[in-house]
Amino acid sequence: MSVDSIFVHKMWNDHELSKMVPGGVPFPMLSDGGGKVGTIYGVYSAEAGVENRGRFIIDPDGVIQGYEVLTPPVGRNVSETIRQVQAFQHVRNSKGAEATPSGWKPGKLTLKPGPDLVGKVWEVWKTSMESD
Amino acid sequence: MSEEIPAGCARPTGGPVGEPDPREKQEPSAAPKEVKTMIEVGKKAPDFTAPAYQKGKLTNFKLSDHLGKWVLLCFYPGDFTFV
Repeated sequence: MSVDSIFVHKMWNDHELSKMVPGGVPFPMLSDGGGKVGTIYGVYSAEAGVENRGRFIIDPDGVIQGYEVLTPPVGRNVSETIRQVQAFQHVRNSKGAEATPSGWKPGKLTLKPGPDLVGKVWEVWKTSMESD
Repeated sequence: MSEEIPAGCARPTGGPVGEPDPREKQEPSAAPKEVKTMIEVGKKAPDFTAPAYQKGKLTNFKLSDHLGKWVLLCFYPGDFTFV
């Protein structure tokens, strides 16, 4: 979503993005002229007249599980976003019985929060697991 | 002579020049418009509609039409920008 019109979105998709992604952008490119939606989400800069790089993970109940907002010059890390979505999906599928520690990726150890785990995280989770 | 616009990520914008419009001063000086953002993790995402371009079609997107699915909502400064 940006303040550009859907016609500019079409031009950008047809003339540039489709050269990076075969078939073009598969998902909807949304237009927010005037920044009304961006304002509600706290990402619209009235001074610059554009939207900052805001990214919101919204679950199937319509609840915001996480967000990140960057100023324009620095791009995002898409793989970190995907990792977060996978982690939220895993937690949701476990109905809250499991939690994902720092650096979790699919297939790695999860934690089962409860009284037994208090003071014992160090036994099951090592700092090296954060980045491997 | 026109000044060259430096390349940046934000879309260049203009604005009025010269004396401020006297009509603006007559506006009642109500409390500055404060826009509350309602964003909090664990809370409902504010619903909205927006025109959309997707795969050759112009459609209308409504966030609440996508309940039951995970949605990744991304904002960015402008089409044809870098990063």
